[in-house]
Amino acid sequence: MVKAPQTFLGESMLQSGDTAFVLISAALVLLMIPGLALFYGGMVRKKNVLGTIMQSFILISLISIEWVYLGYSLSFGPDMGGLLGSLAWAGLGGVGAAPNPNYAATIPHLAFAMFQCMFAAITPALITGAVAERMRFGPFLVFSLAWTILVYNPVCHWVWGNGGWLKEMGVLDFAGGIVVHLTCGAAALAAVMVTGPRKDHGRHQIVPHNLPMTLLGTGLLWFGWFGFNAGSALAADGVAAGAFAATHLGGMAGMATWCAIEWWHRGRPTTLGAASGAVAGLATITPGAGFVAPGAAVFIGMLAGLVCYGAVLLKARLRFDDSLDVVGIHGVGGVLGTLLVGVLAQKLVNPAGADGLLYGNPAQCGTQILAVAVVGVFAFAVSWILLVGVKATMGLRLDPQAETVGLDLSEHTESAYGE
Amino acid sequence: MKRIEVIVRPFKLDDVKEKLVSMGIKGMTIDAVKGFGRQRGHTEVYRGAEYTVDFVPKIKIELVVEDEDVSRLVAGIREAAYTGEVGDGKIFVLPMGEAMRIRTGETGGDAI
Repeated sequence: MVKAPQTFLGESMLQSGDTAFVLISAALVLLMIPGLALFYGGMVRKKNVLGTIMQSFILISLISIEWVYLGYSLSFGPDMGGLLGSLAWAGLGGVGAAPNPNYAATIPHLAFAMFQCMFAAITPALITGAVAERMRFGPFLVFSLAWTILVYNPVCHWVWGNGGWLKEMGVLDFAGGIVVHLTCGAAALAAVMVTGPRKDHGRHQIVPHNLPMTLLGTGLLWFGWFGFNAGSALAADGVAAGAFAATHLGGMAGMATWCAIEWWHRGRPTTLGAASGAVAGLATITPGAGFVAPGAAVFIGMLAGLVCYGAVLLKARLRFDDSLDVVGIHGVGGVLGTLLVGVLAQKLVNPAGADGLLYGNPAQCGTQILAVAVVGVFAFAVSWILLVGVKATMGLRLDPQAETVGLDLSEHTESAYGE
Repeated sequence: MKRIEVIVRPFKLDDVKEKLVSMGIKGMTIDAVKGFGRQRGHTEVYRGAEYTVDFVPKIKIELVVEDEDVSRLVAGIREAAYTGEVGDGKIFVLPMGEAMRIRTGETGGDAI
Protein backbone atom coordinates (compact mmCIF):
# COMPACT_ATOMS: atom_id res chain seq x y z
CA MET A 1 0.00 0.00 0.00
CA VAL A 2 2.94 2.31 0.51
CA LYS A 3 5.37 1.74 -2.31
CA ALA A 4 5.69 4.38 -4.97
CA PRO A 5 8.88 4.32 -6.99
CA GLN A 6 8.65 7.19 -9.47
CA THR A 7 8.56 5.72 -12.97
CA PHE A 8 7.11 6.47 -16.36
CA LEU A 9 3.43 5.74 -16.71
CA GLY A 10 2.56 3.09 -19.19
CA GLU A 11 2.18 -0.56 -20.02
CA SER A 12 5.91 -1.01 -20.21
CA MET A 13 6.23 -0.79 -16.43
CA LEU A 14 3.80 -3.63 -15.78
CA GLN A 15 5.25 -6.73 -14.14
CA SER A 16 3.35 -9.85 -15.11
CA GLY A 17 4.22 -11.62 -11.84
CA ASP A 18 2.91 -8.75 -9.71
CA THR A 19 -0.21 -8.41 -11.82
CA ALA A 20 -1.02 -12.13 -11.67
CA PHE A 21 -0.49 -12.15 -7.90
CA VAL A 22 -2.75 -9.16 -7.24
CA LEU A 23 -5.52 -10.47 -9.52
CA ILE A 24 -5.46 -13.83 -7.75
CA SER A 25 -5.34 -12.08 -4.38
CA ALA A 26 -8.46 -10.11 -5.35
CA ALA A 27 -10.24 -13.38 -6.12
CA LEU A 28 -9.07 -14.80 -2.77
CA VAL A 29 -10.53 -11.80 -0.92
CA LEU A 30 -13.82 -12.30 -2.78
CA LEU A 31 -13.86 -15.91 -1.51
CA MET A 32 -13.76 -14.59 2.04
CA ILE A 33 -17.31 -13.26 1.62
CA PRO A 34 -19.00 -16.65 1.10
CA GLY A 35 -16.54 -17.90 3.74
CA LEU A 36 -17.85 -15.30 6.16
CA ALA A 37 -21.41 -16.16 5.17
CA LEU A 38 -20.84 -19.80 6.18
CA PHE A 39 -18.90 -18.79 9.30
CA TYR A 40 -21.88 -16.70 10.46
CA GLY A 41 -24.55 -19.00 8.98
CA GLY A 42 -23.47 -21.97 11.10
CA MET A 43 -23.68 -19.95 14.30
CA VAL A 44 -27.33 -18.90 13.99
CA ARG A 45 -30.45 -21.01 14.47
CA LYS A 46 -31.55 -22.99 11.43
CA LYS A 47 -34.56 -20.75 10.77
CA ASN A 48 -32.14 -17.84 10.14
CA VAL A 49 -29.32 -19.46 8.17
CA LEU A 50 -30.36 -18.29 4.69
CA GLY A 51 -31.12 -14.76 5.82
CA THR A 52 -27.73 -14.60 7.54
CA ILE A 53 -25.86 -15.92 4.50
CA MET A 54 -27.81 -13.54 2.23
CA GLN A 55 -26.75 -10.49 4.25
CA SER A 56 -23.11 -11.20 3.39
CA PHE A 57 -23.74 -12.53 -0.10
CA ILE A 58 -25.81 -9.63 -1.47
CA LEU A 59 -23.08 -7.14 -0.57
CA ILE A 60 -20.82 -8.65 -3.25
CA SER A 61 -23.30 -7.15 -5.67
CA LEU A 62 -24.46 -4.00 -3.87
CA ILE A 63 -21.05 -2.72 -2.78
CA SER A 64 -19.32 -3.59 -6.06
CA ILE A 65 -21.84 -1.37 -7.87
CA GLU A 66 -21.21 1.40 -5.33
CA TRP A 67 -17.46 0.90 -5.73
CA VAL A 68 -17.46 1.31 -9.49
CA TYR A 69 -19.70 4.39 -9.64
CA LEU A 70 -18.73 6.14 -6.42
CA GLY A 71 -16.63 4.27 -3.88
CA TYR A 72 -13.33 3.83 -5.65
CA SER A 73 -13.13 7.47 -6.59
CA LEU A 74 -14.18 8.67 -3.10
CA SER A 75 -11.59 6.37 -1.52
CA PHE A 76 -8.62 6.60 -3.86
CA GLY A 77 -9.44 9.41 -6.30
CA PRO A 78 -7.59 12.77 -6.47
CA ASP A 79 -7.38 14.10 -2.91
CA MET A 80 -9.61 16.87 -1.57
CA GLY A 81 -8.13 18.33 1.60
CA GLY A 82 -6.92 15.00 2.96
CA LEU A 83 -10.52 14.03 3.74
CA LEU A 84 -12.00 12.44 0.62
CA GLY A 85 -11.20 11.58 -2.98
CA SER A 86 -12.93 13.61 -5.69
CA LEU A 87 -15.38 12.08 -8.14
CA ALA A 88 -12.86 12.32 -11.00
CA TRP A 89 -12.67 8.52 -11.26
CA ALA A 90 -16.38 7.79 -10.81
CA GLY A 91 -17.42 5.00 -13.15
CA LEU A 92 -13.73 3.99 -13.14
CA GLY A 93 -13.08 6.63 -15.81
CA GLY A 94 -9.38 6.66 -16.63
CA VAL A 95 -8.76 3.62 -14.43
CA GLY A 96 -7.37 1.09 -16.87
CA ALA A 97 -4.32 -0.92 -17.84
CA ALA A 98 -1.77 1.79 -17.09
CA PRO A 99 -0.40 1.63 -13.53
CA ASN A 100 -0.93 4.39 -11.01
CA PRO A 101 2.46 4.76 -9.32
CA ASN A 102 0.89 6.42 -6.28
CA TYR A 103 -0.64 3.05 -5.40
CA ALA A 104 1.19 0.31 -7.28
CA ALA A 105 3.68 1.05 -10.02
CA THR A 106 3.88 -2.41 -11.58
CA ILE A 107 0.24 -3.53 -11.93
CA PRO A 108 -2.68 -2.12 -13.92
CA HIS A 109 -4.57 0.57 -12.03
CA LEU A 110 -7.73 -1.45 -12.68
CA ALA A 111 -6.24 -4.48 -10.88
CA PHE A 112 -5.67 -2.30 -7.81
CA ALA A 113 -9.23 -0.93 -8.02
CA MET A 114 -10.73 -4.44 -8.18
CA PHE A 115 -8.54 -5.72 -5.35
CA GLN A 116 -9.77 -2.85 -3.18
CA CYS A 117 -13.37 -3.48 -4.30
CA MET A 118 -13.35 -6.80 -2.44
CA PHE A 119 -12.22 -5.10 0.77
CA ALA A 120 -15.09 -2.62 0.50
CA ALA A 121 -17.58 -5.46 -0.01
CA ILE A 122 -16.53 -7.63 2.92
CA THR A 123 -16.36 -4.85 5.52
CA PRO A 124 -20.11 -4.12 5.84
CA ALA A 125 -20.71 -7.89 5.66
CA LEU A 126 -18.68 -8.26 8.84
CA ILE A 127 -21.10 -5.92 10.67
CA THR A 128 -24.08 -8.21 10.06
CA GLY A 129 -22.91 -10.71 12.68
CA ALA A 130 -23.60 -8.20 15.43
CA VAL A 131 -27.31 -7.91 14.65
CA ALA A 132 -27.86 -11.44 13.35
CA GLU A 133 -31.34 -12.99 13.43
CA ARG A 134 -33.34 -9.78 13.76
CA MET A 135 -32.74 -7.17 11.03
CA ARG A 136 -35.03 -6.72 8.04
CA PHE A 137 -33.46 -7.05 4.60
CA GLY A 138 -34.55 -3.69 3.09
CA PRO A 139 -33.30 -1.47 5.93
CA PHE A 140 -30.12 -3.55 6.06
CA LEU A 141 -29.41 -2.75 2.39
CA VAL A 142 -30.05 0.96 2.90
CA PHE A 143 -27.79 1.05 5.95
CA SER A 144 -24.98 -0.92 4.27
CA LEU A 145 -24.94 1.31 1.20
CA ALA A 146 -25.03 4.55 3.22
CA TRP A 147 -22.41 3.19 5.62
CA THR A 148 -20.02 2.37 2.79
CA ILE A 149 -20.34 5.87 1.36
CA LEU A 150 -20.18 7.77 4.65
CA VAL A 151 -17.84 5.63 6.76
CA TYR A 152 -15.82 3.15 4.71
CA ASN A 153 -14.94 5.38 1.76
CA PRO A 154 -13.74 8.37 3.85
CA VAL A 155 -11.73 6.25 6.31
CA CYS A 156 -10.21 4.31 3.41
CA HIS A 157 -9.12 7.62 1.90
CA TRP A 158 -7.68 8.93 5.18
CA VAL A 159 -5.54 5.83 5.73
CA TRP A 160 -4.72 4.54 2.23
CA GLY A 161 -5.69 7.24 -0.28
CA ASN A 162 -2.98 9.37 -1.84
CA GLY A 163 -3.03 12.58 0.25
CA GLY A 164 -5.21 11.12 3.00
CA TRP A 165 -4.52 12.93 6.27
CA LEU A 166 -3.71 9.84 8.36
CA LYS A 167 -1.48 8.45 5.62
CA GLU A 168 0.36 11.78 5.46
CA MET A 169 0.80 11.59 9.22
CA GLY A 170 2.50 8.22 8.76
CA VAL A 171 -0.08 5.84 10.22
CA LEU A 172 0.63 2.19 9.44
CA ASP A 173 -2.25 -0.11 8.46
CA PHE A 174 -0.95 -2.79 6.13
CA ALA A 175 -4.20 -4.53 5.17
CA GLY A 176 -7.06 -3.03 7.13
CA GLY A 177 -6.82 -3.16 10.94
CA ILE A 178 -8.22 0.38 10.93
CA VAL A 179 -9.96 0.55 7.56
CA VAL A 180 -11.74 -2.82 7.82
CA HIS A 181 -11.76 -4.25 11.34
CA LEU A 182 -11.97 -1.12 13.46
CA THR A 183 -14.66 0.49 11.28
CA CYS A 184 -16.82 -2.65 11.24
CA GLY A 185 -16.30 -3.21 14.97
CA ALA A 186 -17.33 0.36 15.83
CA ALA A 187 -20.36 0.09 13.54
CA ALA A 188 -21.26 -3.25 15.13
CA LEU A 189 -21.22 -1.65 18.58
CA ALA A 190 -23.59 1.10 17.39
CA ALA A 191 -25.77 -1.46 15.61
CA VAL A 192 -26.22 -3.60 18.72
CA MET A 193 -27.09 -0.54 20.80
CA VAL A 194 -29.60 0.92 18.33
CA THR A 195 -31.17 -2.38 17.23
CA GLY A 196 -31.43 -3.99 20.66
CA PRO A 197 -31.16 -7.65 21.62
CA ARG A 198 -32.98 -10.57 20.00
CA LYS A 199 -36.22 -11.19 21.83
CA ASP A 200 -35.05 -14.64 22.95
CA HIS A 201 -31.71 -13.26 24.17
CA GLY A 202 -31.30 -14.04 27.86
CA ARG A 203 -34.74 -15.71 27.94
CA HIS A 204 -34.09 -18.88 26.00
CA GLN A 205 -30.89 -20.64 25.03
CA ILE A 206 -29.71 -19.73 21.54
CA VAL A 207 -27.14 -22.22 20.25
CA PRO A 208 -25.39 -22.59 16.86
CA HIS A 209 -27.28 -24.89 14.47
CA ASN A 210 -24.36 -26.16 12.33
CA LEU A 211 -20.80 -25.86 13.59
CA PRO A 212 -19.27 -27.84 10.70
CA MET A 213 -20.56 -25.02 8.45
CA THR A 214 -18.86 -22.46 10.70
CA LEU A 215 -15.58 -24.40 10.59
CA LEU A 216 -15.71 -24.68 6.80
CA GLY A 217 -16.27 -20.92 6.69
CA THR A 218 -13.27 -20.41 8.95
CA GLY A 219 -11.11 -22.40 6.56
CA LEU A 220 -12.27 -20.32 3.60
CA LEU A 221 -11.64 -17.11 5.53
CA TRP A 222 -8.12 -18.22 6.44
CA PHE A 223 -7.38 -19.19 2.82
CA GLY A 224 -8.74 -15.89 1.54
CA TRP A 225 -6.83 -13.95 4.19
CA PHE A 226 -3.58 -14.77 2.39
CA GLY A 227 -4.89 -12.71 -0.53
CA PHE A 228 -6.14 -10.00 1.84
CA ASN A 229 -2.80 -9.54 3.64
CA ALA A 230 -0.07 -10.80 1.30
CA GLY A 231 -1.90 -9.26 -1.66
CA SER A 232 -1.76 -5.88 0.11
CA ALA A 233 1.95 -5.83 -0.73
CA LEU A 234 0.62 -5.21 -4.28
CA ALA A 235 3.64 -7.05 -5.66
CA ALA A 236 4.90 -10.63 -5.60
CA ASP A 237 7.94 -9.77 -3.52
CA GLY A 238 9.61 -10.18 -0.15
CA VAL A 239 7.08 -8.00 1.64
CA ALA A 240 4.30 -10.24 0.30
CA ALA A 241 6.13 -13.32 1.58
CA GLY A 242 6.57 -11.64 4.98
CA ALA A 243 2.87 -10.75 5.11
CA PHE A 244 1.93 -14.29 4.06
CA ALA A 245 4.04 -15.77 6.86
CA ALA A 246 2.80 -13.27 9.47
CA THR A 247 -0.83 -13.97 8.50
CA HIS A 248 -0.46 -17.70 8.95
CA LEU A 249 1.47 -17.36 12.20
CA GLY A 250 -1.04 -14.87 13.62
CA GLY A 251 -3.95 -17.18 12.82
CA MET A 252 -2.34 -20.30 14.21
CA ALA A 253 -1.19 -18.56 17.39
CA GLY A 254 -4.69 -17.14 17.91
CA MET A 255 -6.29 -20.57 17.51
CA ALA A 256 -3.81 -22.31 19.83
CA THR A 257 -4.10 -19.64 22.50
CA TRP A 258 -7.91 -19.50 22.48
CA CYS A 259 -8.12 -23.31 22.76
CA ALA A 260 -5.55 -23.41 25.56
CA ILE A 261 -7.34 -20.73 27.58
CA GLU A 262 -10.69 -22.41 27.02
CA TRP A 263 -9.31 -25.79 28.09
CA TRP A 264 -8.00 -24.24 31.30
CA HIS A 265 -11.06 -22.04 31.96
CA ARG A 266 -13.93 -24.33 30.86
CA GLY A 267 -12.34 -27.76 31.08
CA ARG A 268 -12.53 -28.57 27.35
CA PRO A 269 -11.29 -26.96 24.12
CA THR A 270 -14.13 -26.44 21.60
CA THR A 271 -14.33 -26.29 17.82
CA LEU A 272 -16.08 -22.92 17.91
CA GLY A 273 -13.26 -21.72 20.17
CA ALA A 274 -10.67 -22.86 17.63
CA ALA A 275 -12.52 -21.03 14.85
CA SER A 276 -12.95 -17.88 16.96
CA GLY A 277 -9.28 -17.86 17.99
CA ALA A 278 -8.13 -18.27 14.38
CA VAL A 279 -10.30 -15.38 13.16
CA ALA A 280 -9.18 -13.22 16.12
CA GLY A 281 -5.52 -13.92 15.30
CA LEU A 282 -6.03 -13.25 11.59
CA ALA A 283 -7.91 -9.99 12.22
CA THR A 284 -5.32 -8.78 14.71
CA ILE A 285 -2.29 -9.50 12.52
CA THR A 286 -3.91 -7.71 9.55
CA PRO A 287 -2.64 -4.15 10.19
CA GLY A 288 0.89 -5.39 10.93
CA ALA A 289 1.21 -8.27 8.49
CA GLY A 290 3.68 -6.51 6.17
CA PHE A 291 5.51 -4.57 8.91
CA VAL A 292 6.45 -7.11 11.61
CA ALA A 293 8.86 -10.06 11.84
CA PRO A 294 7.54 -13.64 12.11
CA GLY A 295 8.29 -13.87 15.85
CA ALA A 296 6.30 -10.70 16.46
CA ALA A 297 3.42 -12.16 14.42
CA VAL A 298 3.24 -15.18 16.74
CA PHE A 299 3.21 -12.86 19.73
CA ILE A 300 0.43 -10.72 18.19
CA GLY A 301 -1.65 -13.84 17.46
CA MET A 302 -1.26 -15.10 21.03
CA LEU A 303 -2.25 -11.76 22.48
CA ALA A 304 -5.24 -11.72 20.11
CA GLY A 305 -6.44 -15.09 21.43
CA LEU A 306 -6.12 -13.91 25.02
CA VAL A 307 -7.62 -10.43 24.67
CA CYS A 308 -10.48 -11.40 22.32
CA TYR A 309 -11.42 -14.34 24.59
CA GLY A 310 -11.65 -11.82 27.44
CA ALA A 311 -13.69 -9.41 25.34
CA VAL A 312 -16.22 -12.13 24.43
CA LEU A 313 -16.54 -13.14 28.10
CA LEU A 314 -17.09 -9.52 29.06
CA LYS A 315 -19.87 -9.23 26.47
CA ALA A 316 -21.72 -12.12 28.08
CA ARG A 317 -21.20 -10.52 31.49
CA LEU A 318 -22.68 -7.25 30.21
CA ARG A 319 -25.64 -9.13 28.63
CA PHE A 320 -24.87 -7.34 25.37
CA ASP A 321 -26.35 -9.09 22.30
CA ASP A 322 -23.46 -8.72 19.83
CA SER A 323 -24.75 -12.05 18.53
CA LEU A 324 -21.70 -13.35 16.66
CA ASP A 325 -19.02 -11.27 18.42
CA VAL A 326 -18.11 -8.68 15.82
CA VAL A 327 -17.08 -6.14 18.47
CA GLY A 328 -15.19 -8.65 20.60
CA ILE A 329 -13.24 -10.21 17.74
CA HIS A 330 -12.99 -7.70 14.86
CA GLY A 331 -13.27 -4.43 16.78
CA VAL A 332 -11.00 -5.45 19.64
CA GLY A 333 -8.65 -7.34 17.29
CA GLY A 334 -8.40 -4.37 14.91
CA VAL A 335 -7.59 -1.95 17.74
CA LEU A 336 -5.11 -4.32 19.39
CA GLY A 337 -3.33 -5.09 16.12
CA THR A 338 -3.14 -1.44 15.06
CA LEU A 339 -1.64 -0.42 18.40
CA LEU A 340 0.85 -3.31 18.34
CA VAL A 341 2.13 -2.13 14.95
CA GLY A 342 3.29 1.00 16.76
CA VAL A 343 5.34 -1.21 19.06
CA LEU A 344 6.59 -4.04 16.85
CA ALA A 345 7.00 -2.60 13.32
CA GLN A 346 10.49 -2.77 11.83
CA LYS A 347 11.98 -1.01 8.80
CA LEU A 348 14.18 -4.07 8.45
CA VAL A 349 11.05 -6.05 7.52
CA ASN A 350 9.60 -3.41 5.21
CA PRO A 351 11.62 -0.31 4.28
CA ALA A 352 8.41 1.45 3.23
CA GLY A 353 7.06 1.04 6.79
CA ALA A 354 8.50 2.51 9.98
CA ASP A 355 10.19 1.44 13.18
CA GLY A 356 7.99 1.01 16.25
CA LEU A 357 8.56 1.65 19.94
CA LEU A 358 10.80 -1.40 20.41
CA TYR A 359 13.04 -0.25 17.58
CA GLY A 360 13.60 3.27 18.86
CA ASN A 361 10.63 5.18 17.47
CA PRO A 362 8.05 5.79 20.24
CA ALA A 363 6.33 8.45 18.12
CA GLN A 364 4.81 5.72 15.93
CA CYS A 365 2.73 4.59 18.92
CA GLY A 366 1.27 8.05 19.24
CA THR A 367 0.30 8.09 15.55
CA GLN A 368 -1.36 4.66 15.85
CA ILE A 369 -3.28 5.65 19.01
CA LEU A 370 -4.50 8.87 17.38
CA ALA A 371 -5.71 6.99 14.29
CA VAL A 372 -7.56 4.40 16.37
CA ALA A 373 -9.21 7.07 18.51
CA VAL A 374 -10.29 9.31 15.63
CA VAL A 375 -11.49 6.52 13.34
CA GLY A 376 -13.18 4.67 16.22
CA VAL A 377 -15.17 7.73 17.29
CA PHE A 378 -15.96 8.75 13.70
CA ALA A 379 -17.13 5.27 12.64
CA PHE A 380 -19.20 4.80 15.79
CA ALA A 381 -20.83 8.23 15.59
CA VAL A 382 -21.73 8.12 11.89
CA SER A 383 -22.98 4.52 12.17
CA TRP A 384 -25.14 5.49 15.14
CA ILE A 385 -26.68 8.44 13.28
CA LEU A 386 -27.32 6.31 10.18
CA LEU A 387 -28.93 3.54 12.20
CA VAL A 388 -31.14 5.93 14.14
CA GLY A 389 -32.15 7.52 10.83
CA VAL A 390 -33.05 4.19 9.21
CA LYS A 391 -34.85 3.09 12.38
CA ALA A 392 -36.97 6.25 12.40
CA THR A 393 -37.92 6.05 8.71
CA MET A 394 -38.05 2.34 7.78
CA GLY A 395 -37.58 0.52 11.09
CA LEU A 396 -34.69 -1.90 11.54
CA ARG A 397 -36.22 -5.00 13.04
CA LEU A 398 -38.49 -7.86 12.13
CA ASP A 399 -41.78 -7.76 14.00
CA PRO A 400 -41.81 -10.24 16.91
CA GLN A 401 -43.93 -12.79 15.04
CA ALA A 402 -41.52 -12.75 12.06
CA GLU A 403 -38.53 -12.98 14.39
CA THR A 404 -40.10 -16.11 15.84
CA VAL A 405 -40.67 -17.60 12.40
CA GLY A 406 -37.11 -16.66 11.35
CA LEU A 407 -35.46 -14.61 8.61
CA ASP A 408 -35.52 -17.40 6.03
CA LEU A 409 -39.26 -17.74 5.74
CA SER A 410 -40.33 -14.23 6.71
CA GLU A 411 -37.79 -12.27 4.62
CA HIS A 412 -36.98 -14.69 1.79
CA THR A 413 -39.90 -17.21 1.64
CA GLU A 414 -37.46 -20.13 1.73
CA SER A 415 -36.32 -22.71 4.22
CA ALA A 416 -32.75 -23.98 4.25
CA TYR A 417 -33.28 -27.63 5.02
CA GLY A 418 -36.09 -29.41 3.20
CA GLU A 419 -37.62 -32.79 3.87
CA MET B 1 -53.83 -41.65 35.94
CA LYS B 2 -54.27 -39.68 32.77
CA ARG B 3 -52.03 -38.97 29.80
CA ILE B 4 -52.00 -35.36 28.58
CA GLU B 5 -50.93 -34.82 24.98
CA VAL B 6 -50.34 -31.22 23.93
CA ILE B 7 -49.62 -29.76 20.47
CA VAL B 8 -48.12 -26.26 20.69
CA ARG B 9 -46.25 -23.69 18.63
CA PRO B 10 -42.48 -24.44 18.76
CA PHE B 11 -41.62 -21.10 20.30
CA LYS B 12 -44.15 -21.69 23.10
CA LEU B 13 -42.36 -24.83 24.29
CA ASP B 14 -40.20 -23.04 26.83
CA ASP B 15 -43.16 -21.12 28.26
CA VAL B 16 -45.20 -24.32 28.65
CA LYS B 17 -42.27 -26.20 30.18
CA GLU B 18 -41.61 -23.44 32.70
CA LYS B 19 -45.27 -23.26 33.60
CA LEU B 20 -45.53 -27.04 34.15
CA VAL B 21 -42.34 -27.16 36.20
CA SER B 22 -43.65 -24.31 38.35
CA MET B 23 -46.82 -26.37 38.92
CA GLY B 24 -44.81 -29.31 40.23
CA ILE B 25 -44.41 -31.52 37.14
CA LYS B 26 -41.20 -33.56 37.39
CA GLY B 27 -40.79 -34.80 33.81
CA MET B 28 -42.17 -34.78 30.28
CA THR B 29 -41.42 -36.09 26.79
CA ILE B 30 -41.42 -33.89 23.70
CA ASP B 31 -41.24 -34.49 20.00
CA ALA B 32 -40.96 -32.26 16.92
CA VAL B 33 -44.05 -32.97 14.80
CA LYS B 34 -45.79 -31.49 11.77
CA GLY B 35 -49.44 -31.07 11.05
CA PHE B 36 -52.25 -28.71 10.23
CA GLY B 37 -55.57 -27.66 11.61
CA ARG B 38 -57.41 -24.44 10.90
CA GLN B 39 -54.08 -22.59 10.53
CA ARG B 40 -53.17 -24.44 7.31
CA GLY B 41 -49.62 -23.95 5.95
CA HIS B 42 -47.53 -21.24 4.32
CA THR B 43 -46.00 -20.51 0.90
CA GLU B 44 -42.34 -20.82 -0.10
CA VAL B 45 -40.83 -19.54 -3.36
CA TYR B 46 -37.96 -21.17 -5.26
CA ARG B 47 -36.79 -19.62 -8.56
CA GLY B 48 -40.09 -17.89 -8.98
CA ALA B 49 -42.24 -20.97 -8.43
CA GLU B 50 -44.55 -21.08 -5.42
CA TYR B 51 -44.70 -24.14 -3.21
CA THR B 52 -47.37 -24.60 -0.58
CA VAL B 53 -46.23 -26.19 2.63
CA ASP B 54 -49.31 -27.80 4.25
CA PHE B 55 -47.74 -29.21 7.36
CA VAL B 56 -46.66 -26.65 9.92
CA PRO B 57 -43.92 -27.53 12.45
CA LYS B 58 -45.31 -28.02 15.96
CA ILE B 59 -44.08 -29.49 19.22
CA LYS B 60 -45.91 -32.38 20.88
CA ILE B 61 -45.56 -32.64 24.65
CA GLU B 62 -46.62 -35.78 26.50
CA LEU B 63 -47.00 -36.19 30.23
CA VAL B 64 -48.68 -38.65 32.59
CA VAL B 65 -50.35 -37.21 35.68
CA GLU B 66 -52.66 -38.10 38.57
CA ASP B 67 -56.41 -37.67 37.88
CA GLU B 68 -56.89 -34.91 40.43
CA ASP B 69 -54.16 -32.72 38.80
CA VAL B 70 -55.61 -32.81 35.29
CA SER B 71 -57.90 -29.78 35.27
CA ARG B 72 -55.37 -27.48 36.96
CA LEU B 73 -52.55 -28.55 34.60
CA VAL B 74 -54.71 -28.22 31.48
CA ALA B 75 -55.61 -24.68 32.53
CA GLY B 76 -51.91 -23.90 33.12
CA ILE B 77 -50.89 -25.29 29.74
CA ARG B 78 -53.58 -23.31 27.95
CA GLU B 79 -52.46 -20.11 29.67
CA ALA B 80 -48.79 -20.66 28.72
CA ALA B 81 -49.41 -21.70 25.10
CA TYR B 82 -52.04 -19.04 24.29
CA THR B 83 -51.44 -16.31 21.71
CA GLY B 84 -55.01 -15.86 20.47
CA GLU B 85 -54.04 -16.45 16.83
CA VAL B 86 -55.20 -19.45 14.80
CA GLY B 87 -52.62 -22.21 15.26
CA ASP B 88 -52.15 -22.22 19.03
CA GLY B 89 -52.63 -25.99 19.11
CA LYS B 90 -54.64 -28.58 21.07
CA ILE B 91 -54.70 -30.35 24.41
CA PHE B 92 -55.88 -33.99 24.57
CA VAL B 93 -56.51 -35.90 27.79
CA LEU B 94 -56.52 -39.71 27.56
CA PRO B 95 -57.01 -42.50 30.10
CA MET B 96 -53.81 -44.21 31.19
CA GLY B 97 -53.48 -47.92 31.98
CA GLU B 98 -50.36 -48.64 33.99
CA ALA B 99 -46.98 -47.02 34.58
CA MET B 100 -43.70 -48.39 35.93
CA ARG B 101 -40.34 -46.83 36.75
CA ILE B 102 -37.80 -49.17 35.13
CA ARG B 103 -35.03 -48.62 37.67
CA THR B 104 -37.03 -49.39 40.83
CA GLY B 105 -40.08 -51.28 39.61
CA GLU B 106 -42.43 -48.78 41.30
CA THR B 107 -45.88 -48.66 39.70
CA GLY B 108 -48.86 -46.32 39.41
CA GLY B 109 -48.64 -42.83 40.87
CA ASP B 110 -45.25 -43.54 42.43
CA ALA B 111 -43.78 -44.19 38.99
CA ILE B 112 -44.64 -40.82 37.43
